[in-house]
Amino acid sequence: MSMIASLALTLPELILSTGALLLLLVAAWGGDGSSRLISWASVALLAIAGLSLGCANGVAFDGLYKADAFSNFAKALVYAAAAVSILIAPRFFEARGAMRAEYPILILLSSVGMGMMVSATDLLTLYVGLELQSLAAYVLASFMRRDSRSAEAGLKYFVLGALASGILLYGISLLYGFTGTTQFGGVATALGDGISHGELFGLVFVMAGLAFKISAVPFHMWTPDVYEGAPTPVTAFFASAPKVAAMALLVRIAVDAMGPATSSWQQIVIFAALASTILGGVAAIGQVNIKRLLAYSSINNVGFALFGLAAGTPDGVAATMSYMAVYIVMTLGSFLCVLQMRNAAGDAVEDIASLSGLSRTRPGLAAAFAIFMFSLAGIPPLFGFWPKFLVFDALVAIGLWPLAMIGIATSVIGAFYYLKIVKTMYFDEPAPAYAPSASRMENGLIALSAVAVSPLGYLAIPLLGALSMAAARALF
Amino acid sequence: MTNIDIIVFAPLLAAIIAGLGNRMLGNTVAKAITTGALFLSCALSWPIFFGFLSGSTSTSVVPVLDLIHSGDLNVSWSLRVDALTAVMLVVVTSVSALVHLYSWGYMAEDDSQPRFFAYLSLFTFAMLMLVTADSLVQMFFGWEGVGLASYLLIGFWYHKPSANAAAIKAFVVNRVGDFGFSLGIFGTFLVFGTVSIPVILAAAPGMAGSTIGFLGGRFDTMTVLCLLLFVGAMGKSAQLGLHTWLPDAMEGPTPVSALIHAATMVTAGVFMVCRLSPMFQTSPFAMHTVTYVGAATALFAATVGTTQTDIKRVIAYSTCSQLGYMFFAAGVGAYGAAMFHLFTHAFFKALLFLGAGSVIHSMHHEQDMRHYGALRKHIPITFWTMTAGTLAITGVGIAGVFGFAGFYSKDAIIEATFASGTTSGGIAFAIAVFAALLTSFYSWRLLFLTFFGKARWAGSEHIQHAVHAHHDHPEHEHPDEEGAGSDPHAAHGPVVTGTAGYHPHESPWSMLVPLILLTLGAMFAGFLFHGPFIGAEEGAGFWKGSVYFDEHLMHAMHGVPLWVKYSATAVMLTGFAIAWWAYIKDTSIPGRFTATFRGLYAFLLNKWYFDELYDLLFVRPVFAIGRFFWKAGDVGTIDRFGPDGVAAMVVGSGAAARRLQSGYLYTYALVMLLGLSAVATWAMLR
Repeated sequence: MSMIASLALTLPELILSTGALLLLLVAAWGGDGSSRLISWASVALLAIAGLSLGCANGVAFDGLYKADAFSNFAKALVYAAAAVSILIAPRFFEARGAMRAEYPILILLSSVGMGMMVSATDLLTLYVGLELQSLAAYVLASFMRRDSRSAEAGLKYFVLGALASGILLYGISLLYGFTGTTQFGGVATALGDGISHGELFGLVFVMAGLAFKISAVPFHMWTPDVYEGAPTPVTAFFASAPKVAAMALLVRIAVDAMGPATSSWQQIVIFAALASTILGGVAAIGQVNIKRLLAYSSINNVGFALFGLAAGTPDGVAATMSYMAVYIVMTLGSFLCVLQMRNAAGDAVEDIASLSGLSRTRPGLAAAFAIFMFSLAGIPPLFGFWPKFLVFDALVAIGLWPLAMIGIATSVIGAFYYLKIVKTMYFDEPAPAYAPSASRMENGLIALSAVAVSPLGYLAIPLLGALSMAAARALF
Repeated sequence: MTNIDIIVFAPLLAAIIAGLGNRMLGNTVAKAITTGALFLSCALSWPIFFGFLSGSTSTSVVPVLDLIHSGDLNVSWSLRVDALTAVMLVVVTSVSALVHLYSWGYMAEDDSQPRFFAYLSLFTFAMLMLVTADSLVQMFFGWEGVGLASYLLIGFWYHKPSANAAAIKAFVVNRVGDFGFSLGIFGTFLVFGTVSIPVILAAAPGMAGSTIGFLGGRFDTMTVLCLLLFVGAMGKSAQLGLHTWLPDAMEGPTPVSALIHAATMVTAGVFMVCRLSPMFQTSPFAMHTVTYVGAATALFAATVGTTQTDIKRVIAYSTCSQLGYMFFAAGVGAYGAAMFHLFTHAFFKALLFLGAGSVIHSMHHEQDMRHYGALRKHIPITFWTMTAGTLAITGVGIAGVFGFAGFYSKDAIIEATFASGTTSGGIAFAIAVFAALLTSFYSWRLLFLTFFGKARWAGSEHIQHAVHAHHDHPEHEHPDEEGAGSDPHAAHGPVVTGTAGYHPHESPWSMLVPLILLTLGAMFAGFLFHGPFIGAEEGAGFWKGSVYFDEHLMHAMHGVPLWVKYSATAVMLTGFAIAWWAYIKDTSIPGRFTATFRGLYAFLLNKWYFDELYDLLFVRPVFAIGRFFWKAGDVGTIDRFGPDGVAAMVVGSGAAARRLQSGYLYTYALVMLLGLSAVATWAMLR
């Protein structure tokens, strides 16, 4: 395959990387005053990259990179989440005098990395993409570097991320050493002859490294601290786009490279899924900081998404991808609501108690927040119920119904703290009112996401179901 | 759309409109719609009845819709109209229409009249469903429907705790009966493979003598089925054992007592036994049971009725007793006589209740007869109509010339029991005659205490209240509960006489017109219709097989010895004489009598201690068991180890997880590495 054809397949990454470099030049000339312009330009680049997804299908660079329905589905979600993360940032940082033109560019570069991750069909592409995403993320976490909590978050994320990268790299080297190849297909062929101890170690280490990225238990410890410390728009970004990318990467490597050893990783995934749903549910109880609570919520949700992968079937993978699609809408909507939590002086408040009586001071916001909470809890008829149903359906289909029952039981624990927020908003005595919303765009985004996860979301089932199924079929 | 459709569904439509429209419609519109619908139903019902009387109408079945198709179970909803239904149609629609009209006056000051009228119409619809039932399931639907309406209406004044308690009691006691009824329906379906009444009745004789396994033993099939169905009838018709709800049901407004707890719903059991008479005929044991239960009820209720002081309770026990008459009439095979008594009883008992309501209305909601007296001149129309009702219930008449309604029907029952020639019939005959004596006594006692003698109004709190504060609170009825220890005849010792300056007023015409119309029924219903109902030849032509008609028994009934024929009249006169002697001539007699027979008196006053017995046997053990399961079972075990235990565990592990989240990097790294080692170890060792 010619170089030109390969470059054509990587068009989204090309657009984003060259665009990011150009915008970096603009930022260097224009300074922070051009940050709004750069933000909009970044969103436009993401939109263009998203539009260019449709025409890409094939293997590039001699099997290092693959554009298919699966990568396109994941990239669409990643770009959308990244765009929202850029859109909500300027107002937040400007209020603190911390808006820098680099913020949208970092998100763009991270998106390039994530695009590489979901398209990777080689252990090397995998690692390059992952590191590109991570390096941008470490900087983003400590973006408000004068704020001690933000700096702490960045540092913790970086150190633990480095440890995870080390684990991942060790796993990769083991796999290469024992199979003699870095290509997913080659690894799969080697594993097909029976799995040696070295290969098994490699497999476990690779999965552990990726589990860190999706913050699955027991590699989740960084999540609450980083989510709490990082600036809220960055937290929203962390909770959405990288989760999708890392989950997609995990799915692809589990199916493409380790497909023959399914029985070896299935139990690891089941353990991680169970531990994540249980710990994500249990530890969230008693949290007083809304961002920390949402961190545990993301751990909990990743657990549910892993149930789909644990099934190991096309239906299960499709369920996982559907889950991630609905999850990013719910979680971004929740963080959009968190962004609205500003006291009369305009400072951000993160206490759950400050939500008391929100239904009387800001009925619209309370209603939207309640919709997200009900949806995250998976209570029908809200849309959050549908992907939960899909993953459990996939488990039941292959006879893993005890697992499905435990999963359903743990979702009850999750429901407790989601509903507690609703109770705080609707039944408690009003706390001092928040500052009125100043951004029509944020209100619009909240309304849009609320409608998407409301029962109206079921109208999207034919489209979403078909796309996620096509994505899953591309792997098998 | 046939007439029967209109008869049945007009009340339902009216109930829906009045019930849902409620306050939006306003009192007058809601009352006009429901009352209008009932008079329409009534006007269409009488021609059907006359059609059967003249023999020009024959049985018809009008399908409404297919209700259930499931396996072998096919239930269609259709309206059956035969002679038996026609009788019930006129009874139900006439009394209901008059009660609707009466309620215009009686409920005039109530706050929620649309609700009341909607309930009344809903009840009427359910009752019509019951009497037009072509299948047992449909009958059960109506059966439960009237139970619901009865519950709602007894508890109509829901802010009164006593009314709520009475409503719940009625519902729960009826549930016992309904359980039997539903078992009976299941059993019938099991045996006959259908719930269609005509099919069952046609097949019933063929089943006689077969046996069925029930509760681990083998019993005669038809006996088991009939007894189970009869348990249902006992509940609804307040027969001894399941009667305790009826007197308490008097907590409801008086028009309700007249319509539901005298004229219509409580007779549903009798109707059911008559409707299924070919089934009951196949089981002599069931027939004897019906006879004994009926006789026992008639005796029990009549004895209790002699001591009660609440005017409505006296009539309630009287109703209970008369229902006993109907049952033992059916038990000896005289279904025609049972239905005839049901028919006449509906008129004179509704009349007595509505008359009592009129008295209560004029006496400012005082219900205790000890505080009545000398009302004859103040409310003359009520007095005369109630006198007619009393003449009817006691059975005044001269054979072959003219008699009030009860004269024909009750005498027919007494004669039928004698003519049946069985042991159970003989016992029933003796009890019937004795109960007739008591009936006469308590009925005249009621009339004398209320309308004759000196005014004793000064002792009444209601009257005192009315005199001192000139405004009415009809919704705050406070009927004096006759406590177990109080001596109701104390009024005859140190009598509190005097009017307390109170002037009773005659009720408005909306109440008097129904009284007068019912008076006509009480006077002429027996005289006009005794031929078709119980005549030996005429009867067979009228009933046309809609009930089992024993022509032989009817012939024998008319040929009983002369002393039997006159026994009822003789005891009626005796009862009248005793009542006159004790309550007009020498008013010290009741006081002296109760002082002499203190034990007997307390036994009767406390209704044979049935409520206390049930409290001891059922209520308290059930409460104790419930408390045990609640405290030890639910709270102590299930909650403790279930929801509460799990919740505590979740909260506890949440706290542990938070402690682990120390904020130190090395902890986090350690957890990651430990997790990695654990996973790798697990993967290797598996």
